[in-house]
Amino acid sequence: MFYRETGQFKTNYADDQAIFPIAQDRWGIYIILGLAFLAAPLIMDDYWGNAILIPFLIYSLIALGLNILVGYCGQISLGTAAFMAVGSYASFKLMTSFPGLDFTIVVILSGLMTALVGMMFGLPSLRIKGFYLAVATLAAQFFLIWLFNKVEWFYNYSATGQISAPERTAFMFPVTGPSASVLYKYYFCLCIVVITALATKNVVRGRIGRSWMAIRDMDIAAELIGVRPVYAKLSAFAFSSFLIGMGGALYFGVWLGAAEPTEAFGIDQSFQILFMVIIGGLGSILGAFLGAGFLWLLPIVLKNFMVDMLGLSTAFSEHMQVIIVGALIIIFLIVEPHGLARLWQILKEKMRLWPFPH
Amino acid sequence: MAFDLFLLEVIVTGLLAGVMYALVALGFVLIFKASGVFNFAQGVMCLFAALTLAGIMEKTGWPAWVAIPLTIGVMIALAWLIERLVLRHLINQDPIILFMATIGLAYVLEGSGDIIWGSDVKVLDIGLPQGAVDWLLDTHNFYIEKLEIFAAVIAAVLVGVLAIFFQKTRIGRALRAVADDHQAALSVGISLRTIWVIVWSVAGIVALVAGVVWGTKSGVQFSLSLIALKALPVLILGGFTSIPGAIVGGLIIGVGEKLAEVYMGPLVGGAVENWFAYMLALAFLLIRPQGLFGEKIIERV
Repeated sequence: MFYRETGQFKTNYADDQAIFPIAQDRWGIYIILGLAFLAAPLIMDDYWGNAILIPFLIYSLIALGLNILVGYCGQISLGTAAFMAVGSYASFKLMTSFPGLDFTIVVILSGLMTALVGMMFGLPSLRIKGFYLAVATLAAQFFLIWLFNKVEWFYNYSATGQISAPERTAFMFPVTGPSASVLYKYYFCLCIVVITALATKNVVRGRIGRSWMAIRDMDIAAELIGVRPVYAKLSAFAFSSFLIGMGGALYFGVWLGAAEPTEAFGIDQSFQILFMVIIGGLGSILGAFLGAGFLWLLPIVLKNFMVDMLGLSTAFSEHMQVIIVGALIIIFLIVEPHGLARLWQILKEKMRLWPFPH
Repeated sequence: MAFDLFLLEVIVTGLLAGVMYALVALGFVLIFKASGVFNFAQGVMCLFAALTLAGIMEKTGWPAWVAIPLTIGVMIALAWLIERLVLRHLINQDPIILFMATIGLAYVLEGSGDIIWGSDVKVLDIGLPQGAVDWLLDTHNFYIEKLEIFAAVIAAVLVGVLAIFFQKTRIGRALRAVADDHQAALSVGISLRTIWVIVWSVAGIVALVAGVVWGTKSGVQFSLSLIALKALPVLILGGFTSIPGAIVGGLIIGVGEKLAEVYMGPLVGGAVENWFAYMLALAFLLIRPQGLFGEKIIERV
């Protein structure tokens, strides 16, 4: 009823090519941004910030990165956690080597570093695809984690093999280290996520993004119409790893504060993010946020429900979570392979016709 | 002389570890050939089968010869359920969608196994021989575990039985027909659904064998499901569609891993085993993407 574009005339190309051409979408985004920037701080405490909002934002960013690769370019990757680790260790080395550096720059440089590593492991994608590529990215997963465990330079020869984030500031506000306030951390993550999400939205509808989708839909046909697979695939790997690396830097620096390679960046983490992308919706920016929110909140809700309300044991509810997540993935693949984002789209289409569906 | 003996020991240990990988990879190949599904849950199926066997024996106290057929029954029921609830609804989807569905399946199986039988490490003892081979240890100071030799024998027998099953029986022919061409098989009256149940059951039984051997060796625990990941490079080496390939690939990975650990490990700080197989597979992919025995994929425009 309220969601229809009737009467919204575009009189110039700039209007026609706006990111959100429909006014209602635009208002929706403004409302969400307003809530995120103005209302969320009102309820912000340590629990909300550290357990829900900050990890949600960081996982959204990482899921967005993986979605570029899997959803837009059709290259499967099982090594996401390893690329997160690259971002984390790059940020750790930068923070400790250049103490005066603003954390914003650290995050961006870590992203660039990860993009380089990602391109290196993306090279096999020029010859192989599908399962074969999955194995190649598994090689990245196991090799990089081993590297971060073994080479002491990466963790500054600390005795425990852990890395921990020192206190650094972004635009004069402390955002890492134990004494940084939750509010600063939240705002910092929010700004980075909003800016990258808008940038990504633009990239995927531009020339590069369209060449990724052409490769995804049919690589041979794409080659015939003049898309160069080398550039398309490697740029997808680079852009995706850039986002994942930035996410990794935030994951370690802002959220965890301390990390140990096998625990924080295991293969389970890679799968978790892949699931976020699948459940959220392959090839959708909104999907990355929906998937991250869904898979991050679901275990918390389930735990609260099963342990606190039904009084079941923690171990049982943990196993139950695993089953529910697994079953959900199968159900989504069967019922709605395009994920939550597609459900939202269907809802919008229905709303345009409501209350007269014929 | 002593050095050569050491080398030999490393190689033999590697070969026997390779047999284990091959056993898991075998389950993958069976399902991949018949349904084109890359079954990520194979490793968890090993875990689930071993857990079920250990759980039945622990809870009821029944001897192994009662518990094993029961477990086989469970695996067949599981195959039927998977076909009924998952595969049937995913016909005609991309292979990658099916692959992801089996990841979901792996989670479901893992969680249910833990809930039903408990998540503590279980000791599985169905009377397989254990300990070192005394004769070799005494005369040549050469250490091999009895269990590993036993596993090698089992694997050989299993491959033999599968070969006969595939070549000589009616169902085996139907399976090969389906593997060759789904459409053609359907048109001569082979029921795809039945075939899928059968092939998943066979894979379940292979998983049980692999699970029992691994479980006897190092206890039934979660890490068992991780060998599924090791089976991936094995398949790349051997080719996704070849049973002999799975065996040979398993052996190469097993030996290569142990050799790398012993000779390369000290130079770079150890634990090379974790990633060596994947890097080997990666290198191999660049040279011969279809694997040693796989069918060459020819792309037509």
